[in-house]
Amino acid sequence: MKQVSLPEATSYQQMAKTQEEKRSVVTNVLRAFLVGGLISLLGQGLMWMYETFFGFTEKNASNPTVATLVFLSVLLTALGHYDKLGQWAGAGATVPVTGFANTMASTALDFRSEGLVLGVGGNMFKMAGPVIVFGVVSAFIIALIKTIWQLLV
Amino acid sequence: MIFFWAFVIGGLISVIGQLMMDVLKMPPAYMTTTLVVIGAVLGGLGWYEPLIRFAGAGASVPITSFGYALVNGALAEAERHGLIGVVTGMFEITSAGISSAIVFSFLAALVFRPKG
Repeated sequence: MKQVSLPEATSYQQMAKTQEEKRSVVTNVLRAFLVGGLISLLGQGLMWMYETFFGFTEKNASNPTVATLVFLSVLLTALGHYDKLGQWAGAGATVPVTGFANTMASTALDFRSEGLVLGVGGNMFKMAGPVIVFGVVSAFIIALIKTIWQLLV
Repeated sequence: MIFFWAFVIGGLISVIGQLMMDVLKMPPAYMTTTLVVIGAVLGGLGWYEPLIRFAGAGASVPITSFGYALVNGALAEAERHGLIGVVTGMFEITSAGISSAIVFSFLAALVFRPKG
């Protein structure tokens, strides 16, 4: 096995560090705030539209809103724009539901070459899976505790 | 006014995610899963719903609302059918996001080729 000589490795680490420090936490936070806020603002606009023109109530208007945002995110991912947005905005593009859709669409596209069943079907949840698994397990425990609590009290 | 708060709260939740990555050095997947669990806990405590009433899409668009919606669906169904409802109602509210993400992603994989 070929080993990387130590000076080479440290110089790479130094290089990586300087590259990393180019973007300060403050810049990242401002970008995340701006983009995360704008995506939510777009969502609010869509909610208003569905409530005003399509007869949805305040409670269920978030369903078509989420579906629309997901559609836009998948489209932008397929056209290659969402990944660029993600590089610029960091968590501002990851935290909104559009980031969730982006992870699914990008893995689906990346594994297309391995076929529709095992490639697209098998890998679609590769990155979105953890969110669903941990969300469902924690929601199960919390809902169980709360339901039993309400039965007892 | 709700448009203003949607922007601010949606932005702030993203900032929390960014700080988790920058300060706590969490990889993105750990950050999103943590936010979902936080959303589920806040949902169980009944603290997330006031936030949605206050900030609208600012609270329902970030991924934290996924955890909240899972808990809420489970609890609503449990109220009607007892304990079994926790399992049967789990995806009641989040169906829109997950179904559309599956369908659109699959269609995208049929039509488009990966870029970049």
